[in-house]
Amino acid sequence: METVNYIIRISPQLLVGVIGTLQVYFGAIFPALVMGVFFAIVKTAGPKPLRWLLNVYTWAWRGVPLLLQLMIMKYGVLPLLGGGGGDFPGAIWVFALNMAAYLTEIMRAAIGAVDRGQYEACRVLGIPYWRMMFRVIIPQSVRIALPPACSEAINLLKDAAVISVISMQDIVRVTNQITTRDKTVIPYLCAFVIYLILTSLLVKVFGLLEKRFTAYDA
Amino acid sequence: MGEKTQVGAGARTGDGARADGGAQAGGGARDDTAEVIIRLTNLHKSFGELSVLQGVDLTVERGQVVSIIGPSGSGKSTVLRCVNGLEKIDRGVVEIEGVVVAAVGTPGAKPAPKEQIRAVLAKTGMVFQSFNLFPHMTALQNVIEAPMTVKKIPKARARELGMEKLRRVGLDDKADAFPSRLSGGQKQRVAIARALAMEPDFMLFDEPTSALDPELVGEVLDVIKSLAREHMSMMIVSHEMGFTREVSDRVIFVDNQKIVADNPPERFFNSPEHPRVAAFLDKMLN
Repeated sequence: METVNYIIRISPQLLVGVIGTLQVYFGAIFPALVMGVFFAIVKTAGPKPLRWLLNVYTWAWRGVPLLLQLMIMKYGVLPLLGGGGGDFPGAIWVFALNMAAYLTEIMRAAIGAVDRGQYEACRVLGIPYWRMMFRVIIPQSVRIALPPACSEAINLLKDAAVISVISMQDIVRVTNQITTRDKTVIPYLCAFVIYLILTSLLVKVFGLLEKRFTAYDA
Repeated sequence: MGEKTQVGAGARTGDGARADGGAQAGGGARDDTAEVIIRLTNLHKSFGELSVLQGVDLTVERGQVVSIIGPSGSGKSTVLRCVNGLEKIDRGVVEIEGVVVAAVGTPGAKPAPKEQIRAVLAKTGMVFQSFNLFPHMTALQNVIEAPMTVKKIPKARARELGMEKLRRVGLDDKADAFPSRLSGGQKQRVAIARALAMEPDFMLFDEPTSALDPELVGEVLDVIKSLAREHMSMMIVSHEMGFTREVSDRVIFVDNQKIVADNPPERFFNSPEHPRVAAFLDKMLN
């Protein structure tokens, strides 16, 4: 009973952490989705110099720890830009660009996995290239990309914990503070459960999306 | 567009002197009642080291049904795919309705302007062995996608057109079914309806029944036969000998990267002149 009361007592603080994590997460995931799809199309069909540029981008972002990217943003890029906007937008952009790099590669592979006959059918019918991409190829590749995109989305949620290192409020940082103050591991266990709930919700959402995108295959 | 119909009409009445016809030595003007709809001249094609076609010459007249048969790997499908530009030719000339859509390494022959090629290719229907239906669209959506996006036909009109074409292949009751819910034969009939919705001047069939279970072959062949009765110009690659014999005006045998025989079906099947044709028929029919 005492434990339950304790958890109820710290729950407002925990909520602050959850909100911090979700703000960064959702602030990042939507731009990342848009960028990922757009970059994948450019990488598949865009002009050579742009494709090369995107190759460098995905190579660099996927090859460097997220924490380092955050440090560079906080102590390098933001001061250079006059420090405007504080940590929060900066962190969101680091996450967005990081996830977009992975999504770009996932989508690019998915576009490549669409059956060649689909392209030929469009050509034979005279459907213009961009029309074909948006009406025929992309809808089919989204479906192929969903399972790997789901595990990437889960990774990003957990990776968001690194913002605690640059002293932003998130689940890990808040529970850490409470634990140090109250000398108990209960907040950690709360964080454990909170993460499990959040990731389970994500899996559920992607499951529904997958169902929607595979409805025609039943 | 208007210009092209004029060319067609002129040629049919026999008084159309086509500009490109004169350039071809001994090519045109042999028969002034028949309009050549497809003309392949000295076609060469190889995939890397592998040569597939070596000097194929072939003309198809309007209203004709030309079947292409031959051993697998002989280049039958490649001939079709060269006609509508799915394969780039290495040498030779491809003409559709008098428009040069591809010309490589042939002095005096030059591809027509891009818009003209696009216009003429838009009148070329093709049906694939593997159907290539759009899996995320219903049968009707498959049929109306190109009329709506290419011809800019408004949705309501396109739906009418689509239903008419589906009725044409006997599948108007499956309009809202996704391809995964259709049998192979039904899929192929939707694919034919999809091609017909663009009101093509001629159709290319690339082994349309090879991916089907035997009991489903008939329904697809029946649709193609009905097209033949309506004098749709067609080139058909097929292994169905009985069907080929029944439906074709000419049967072409491709072997060793070349056209070996080009005869009316009775002659082709009853008294094959070429020994390789005879050997092939012997294998296929017995």
